[in-house]
Amino acid sequence: MIELKNVHFSYGEKPVLQNITFSVSSSESVVIMGPSGSGKSTILRLILGLECPQHGEILFDDENIATMKEKHKREIRKAIGMVFQDGALFDSLSVWENVGYYLLEHTRLSDEEIGRKAVEMLGFVGLNADEIIDKLPEHLSGGMQRRVAIGRALLSTNPRVMLYDEPTTGLDPQSAENVCNLIRKLQSEKSISTIVVTHQIADAIGLADRFVVIYAGELVFDGNLEQLRDSDDQRVRDFLAPFKSSFGEVAEKKFVG
Amino acid sequence: MPLLRVFNRWLKNFASETQELFFFSLKMILALFRRPFYIPETMEQLYILGFGSLYLVVLTGIFAGQGFALAFSTELADFGAKNYLGRIIAISIIRELGPVLTALMIAARVASGITAEIGAMKTSNQIDAMIAFGIDPIRKVAVPRFIALILMVPALTIICDFISLLGAWIIAIFISHITSTVYWSAVFERLVFGNLFVGILKPIVFSFIIAFVACYKGFSSEGGTKGVGRATTESVVLSSITILVVNFFITKVVFSLIKGYL
Repeated sequence: MIELKNVHFSYGEKPVLQNITFSVSSSESVVIMGPSGSGKSTILRLILGLECPQHGEILFDDENIATMKEKHKREIRKAIGMVFQDGALFDSLSVWENVGYYLLEHTRLSDEEIGRKAVEMLGFVGLNADEIIDKLPEHLSGGMQRRVAIGRALLSTNPRVMLYDEPTTGLDPQSAENVCNLIRKLQSEKSISTIVVTHQIADAIGLADRFVVIYAGELVFDGNLEQLRDSDDQRVRDFLAPFKSSFGEVAEKKFVG
Repeated sequence: MPLLRVFNRWLKNFASETQELFFFSLKMILALFRRPFYIPETMEQLYILGFGSLYLVVLTGIFAGQGFALAFSTELADFGAKNYLGRIIAISIIRELGPVLTALMIAARVASGITAEIGAMKTSNQIDAMIAFGIDPIRKVAVPRFIALILMVPALTIICDFISLLGAWIIAIFISHITSTVYWSAVFERLVFGNLFVGILKPIVFSFIIAFVACYKGFSSEGGTKGVGRATTESVVLSSITILVVNFFITKVVFSLIKGYL
């Protein structure tokens, strides 16, 4: 479904990604991990066509996003939902306007109809619409903002792929758990392919079918949990070392579960 | 040698930024004529940029007009030419002071606001979110502000001109002791095609400058809140300096082209 082939990307003369190759198949969930500044979020931006690689191909259903015209990219983006870091909600719009943003911009539906759909979507993402529907994003907690952002991405285009950039960073454990549960719910109920960028090991283990580890712009690991745990690549071990205890504990739970 | 290297780097950066600004401006102009047209956003900007800047333009106009009138009336009195105060005031305000002062005030108030707003949207990924939802941020965010500036800068300049003439009239009556009739007939004598043309042409050109610079600086801001602050300062400085430089060239060109109508 999505395939990156030998992707190189740099900001000016500073290389960010080098020779990245991996794929995500339909209904699969891939977690991209790696230290801060390793280029994880850039991969999501490349898939969404917000950046163009200097070399390589980014294929979506065998079409190369990297060489597409903007008009064609817009069509492809309809099949991709993106939840940005910190939600990226439109701060001058209320919650219902945020959730119904795509419909407000691209359809002729009435405000009442869009509001009704927004209420339904807020319910789906586990929020009480009556309490927050007319509030501005700044009046919501971090966890609520992420869920509104997920609702916005879902209502907009009915996506086949969801991209999450650090969906639980900065959230308290309960809110992070709620967001992870919602991502799992989407995977199981809507069969949506998922790519999650995170450095929260516990969340990654709970969400991933497969793991990709990026280290200093290079892909150093692509495999499942067992292979990740047993990896003898020093860079993977270095990255996992600080989380060793929690990694063992959570991984154990997953295996037992 | 290091100095030469620094100069070389500065020159390269300058050329690259000028090129980017040029292409960005071109995109904004093309976007003006492409659907969808964001009418509610444009109306909102007309109100914010136009009505919101009115008090600033009125205050500036009245005190600038009075200051000019005071300075000129003393000088003209020495030559026994106080009756010409209206002519000098009309020429200097309509051709130069009105357009430049209004544009500088709007650059300070509006350009900074536009850059900060767009820069903040970019920093918080709202611009990327728009693109992800199939919306062209130039059309949605920049064009309504561009249209509002094109319409409002000339309108505010006309208001500023009128208020400045009124301010100068107060000085003419109460300090220079010129009669109203003498003052206004001297003013109307200089309200000829050439002066009015320059007085309208300049704010239109200045509105383009403010819109291009403010939006470009907002969209190209980098480096979080610090970067937005830097972009905002650069936006005001660059638009103000460009306005003053372009003002000189317009005056020079217009003088040579339509001298007979001035």
